[in-house]
Amino acid sequence: MTNHWIDIKNSDAVLIIGSNAAEHHPVAFKWIMQAKDNGATLMHVDPKFSRTSARCDFHVPLRSGTDIPFLGGMLNYILENELYFKDYVANYTNAAFVVGKDYDFKDGLFSGYDPATRKYDKSKWAMETGPDGGPVIDPTLQNERCVINLMRRHYSRYTLTNVSDVTGISEENLLKVYEIFCATGKPDKAGTILYALGWTQHTVGVQNIRTSALIQLLLGNIGVAGGGINALRGEPNVQGSTDHALLYHILPGYNAMPSAPWQTLAQYRKANTPATTLKNSVNWWSNRPKYVVSLLKGWFGDEATQENDFCYELLPKIEPGEDYSYMYVMDKMYHGKIRGGFIFGVNPMNSFSNTNKMRAALDKLDWLVCSELHNSETTDNWKRPGVDPKTKKTEVFLLPSAHRIEKEGTISNSGRWLQWFDQAVQPAGEARNFADIYVPLFNTIRALYKAEGGAFPEPILKMHWTDKFVADEWVRRINGFFWADSKVGGKTYKRGQLVPTFGALKDDGSTSSLNWIYTGSYTEEEGNKSKRRNSSQTPMQAAIGLYPNWSWCWPVNRRILYNRASVDLNGKPFNPKKAVIAWENGKWAGDVPDGPWPPMADRENGKLPFIMMKDGHGNFYGPGPADGPFPEHYEPAETPLARHPFSSQISSPVYKYHTSDMDQIAAPADPRYPYVLTTYSLTEHWCGGGETRNVPNLLETEPQLYVEMSHQLAGEKGITNGDGVIVESPRGRVEAIAMVTVRIRPFTIMGKTVHLVGMPFAYGWTTPKCGDSTNRLTVGAYDPNTTIPESKACCVNLYKADKLTEIG
Amino acid sequence: MKSTRRSFLKGVSAGIVCLTLGQLGFDLGDAHAYAGKLKIEGAKEVISVCPFCSVCCQIIAYVRDGRLVATEGDPDFPVNEGALCAKGAALFTMYTSRHRLEKPLYRAPFSNHWVEKDWEWTLNEIARRVKDARDQDMILKNAKGQTVNRLESIFAMGTSHASNEECAVIHQAMRGLGVVHMDHQARV
Repeated sequence: MTNHWIDIKNSDAVLIIGSNAAEHHPVAFKWIMQAKDNGATLMHVDPKFSRTSARCDFHVPLRSGTDIPFLGGMLNYILENELYFKDYVANYTNAAFVVGKDYDFKDGLFSGYDPATRKYDKSKWAMETGPDGGPVIDPTLQNERCVINLMRRHYSRYTLTNVSDVTGISEENLLKVYEIFCATGKPDKAGTILYALGWTQHTVGVQNIRTSALIQLLLGNIGVAGGGINALRGEPNVQGSTDHALLYHILPGYNAMPSAPWQTLAQYRKANTPATTLKNSVNWWSNRPKYVVSLLKGWFGDEATQENDFCYELLPKIEPGEDYSYMYVMDKMYHGKIRGGFIFGVNPMNSFSNTNKMRAALDKLDWLVCSELHNSETTDNWKRPGVDPKTKKTEVFLLPSAHRIEKEGTISNSGRWLQWFDQAVQPAGEARNFADIYVPLFNTIRALYKAEGGAFPEPILKMHWTDKFVADEWVRRINGFFWADSKVGGKTYKRGQLVPTFGALKDDGSTSSLNWIYTGSYTEEEGNKSKRRNSSQTPMQAAIGLYPNWSWCWPVNRRILYNRASVDLNGKPFNPKKAVIAWENGKWAGDVPDGPWPPMADRENGKLPFIMMKDGHGNFYGPGPADGPFPEHYEPAETPLARHPFSSQISSPVYKYHTSDMDQIAAPADPRYPYVLTTYSLTEHWCGGGETRNVPNLLETEPQLYVEMSHQLAGEKGITNGDGVIVESPRGRVEAIAMVTVRIRPFTIMGKTVHLVGMPFAYGWTTPKCGDSTNRLTVGAYDPNTTIPESKACCVNLYKADKLTEIG
Repeated sequence: MKSTRRSFLKGVSAGIVCLTLGQLGFDLGDAHAYAGKLKIEGAKEVISVCPFCSVCCQIIAYVRDGRLVATEGDPDFPVNEGALCAKGAALFTMYTSRHRLEKPLYRAPFSNHWVEKDWEWTLNEIARRVKDARDQDMILKNAKGQTVNRLESIFAMGTSHASNEECAVIHQAMRGLGVVHMDHQARV
């Protein structure tokens, strides 16, 4: 979240799209309701009417996979009617930047497309550069290649008719949402966009979110109270596990994973440290070398020296362009290229798309280590229904894990608050926390290398490691230490003392930090700030529900990101009643500002607000994503349509997919699979249900898999409420109980009726007779940027079942 | 000082209401006997965080004699203000679930059942497999002759259940082994 849970109450217009917040973040919904009590309009845009819709002012059903046309139509509405916040757009965004001459867009394809590799040459989308190598900016906006002019032209195609035809939303309903949300383009109004993981689960997932960024930048809603783009994150510590990068492509703190062409630290630094020509741009990532060297120092301690590149050589290097994400791991596994591995606290055999392939792939492993609270579809894959264990070779080690109240440490909530939890009770039986498994395991491996030697033992032997895991020590390691006596702002710190803030991290080996964004969370002066329980506020902070002394928040306890964009050039809040920061008597009051510099009116020292962008401006046009500098509508990989009005490019030209015998994707408008399927979670079950199905009272409340469908579809298929139903896609067959409801209604798409059905994905065969994985239906087609599969939209058929075997 | 809901409730339970009711002539014997048997009496309050979504509602766990006796939302935490959803409210039952795994288990190749093992045997066996795979498969140079020092035949998945400190341990261990196939729920 750019903002935080409580801040939602400050909003004047709440657009919930790609989220069912009332059911999946029920407690957070109280802050949404407070916004309503304060006069905000709540709008729910979602395929299905849910408890979120019931609580909102109105619900607008849209066909799954058409968020970009819906929001693209809003962009067109803003630009055509000049509803954008002009000062904000002029001063804080790249609207006036001139795009290079190679950029082009024709019939759904941007310039630089190579159909053979399904990839773009992104150099074609580069910005025009001046003699100093910096951007060319035309503040008059006369140049037709100014970002805002290209953007206007691009979205002029997103007319009400086209958008209505594709999304299934009436023009009247489109205008209703556009009018209310775009009213927040005024300086003293704020609108927020709330989404959840499902919005990323599309072949255009990244662009769904970018479209919302374009809207929020145009309306001046980033950095302000009640504004922002807020991912309502679903997993318990998914913010923290992303920050600490349990991901192949990054190192902790959002630093690039070393890649083969960067053989030395100097090469890594050169490739990953941006430079700007704009004097008033902070270009925060120019500090990256300090964070990467401090990370290496944290990992290798005294072994890491200037002379040996701080052990950079010991890190693995990935191949450029190679994908090592889990969908690719599973494909390599299916082809017998993986020996073994660790699956801890995740249940891919239920929650990964195209589950039948996942289950077959896991059979190919020699060995597997799982750590779980309960047996799951993953741990017990070797005895799943329909297979003979005597034919399955995989050795499985199943380690009992401790759950939250059995351990201590910190998590990071969706609003980036670092929250400490104490251990309440001892782990059940011989269960252990994950670190008490990995620490002794790594030490055992280390002992084997010491005793026997082996391949490339250096990184294992040289690591700055530990004999026993103590959570407090690792909170300190994450914060970081001085490794040489140092001075910060006149204060002297000894070797071994904690670094007070990331501004003090160095690239000379005198500091360590396992994650620079957390530096400052645990200091000599104030101790472990994640334990703070102090609700004191200034009146200015109280006015917007800011609790700066409760826990701590990254970065540097800044509760609202990009907050320098909430004030005008003189540091005066756009909305004085809900000020986030304000320049008063030569200093900032309110939240921790994005840097100490004075407002931009100070031409010498003032700085632009978007400090993480190289040139300091919010980007409407971004040459970064793999699928284009502007979001564009493409149908899901599986679609009921044979064509759409935006271009002749049906689906994304760059989405990723695999080609094994178990990777079937239906052609557009395949008559065998006429219905759209979307999937979702439930209030009573958590994600794939691996935990909650083992809690009897939760299972009793939501006992079995169902498929929601409209009365019209049920009528056509001769299905009545409560019937057993078979749902089929090219990849699998799933049994479910029919739930015939008015919550889902047929859509009229391009003049014809399209039915959508919805299914939860919380059920699996290890809980007897409740049904089995819905993801056996979902498609193995992935976003080209993130490789997240399109589990929110695929095509299916369904019919009444003669008999059920999965559901009792 | 601002009066919070919790301090107000504490005041209430300190006897204001009882006194009023007593004065009205109610017989409070049964109520006192019930209060004396409240399951959280004498229990230690421990602050934890709900293990489900990223609202991260704070929870008070009541512990007596090393046993969890009750859980409830932390009324002082500014985000949840004491509230919990169905899952958070079921945390206590989750702790008492009879389906919990409590011992390391091992399934041998082609076997149809689990066997209980101790931790030492289990970790030694896993370490042996990791080392054997690493010794055989470590890639020191790529096709272009560049130094890559990576291990592709082993993977690590998970988890967003882990604390920040556990994540830091997992990431460091995996990169130390040379693992590049690393992923978790952020990409599901």
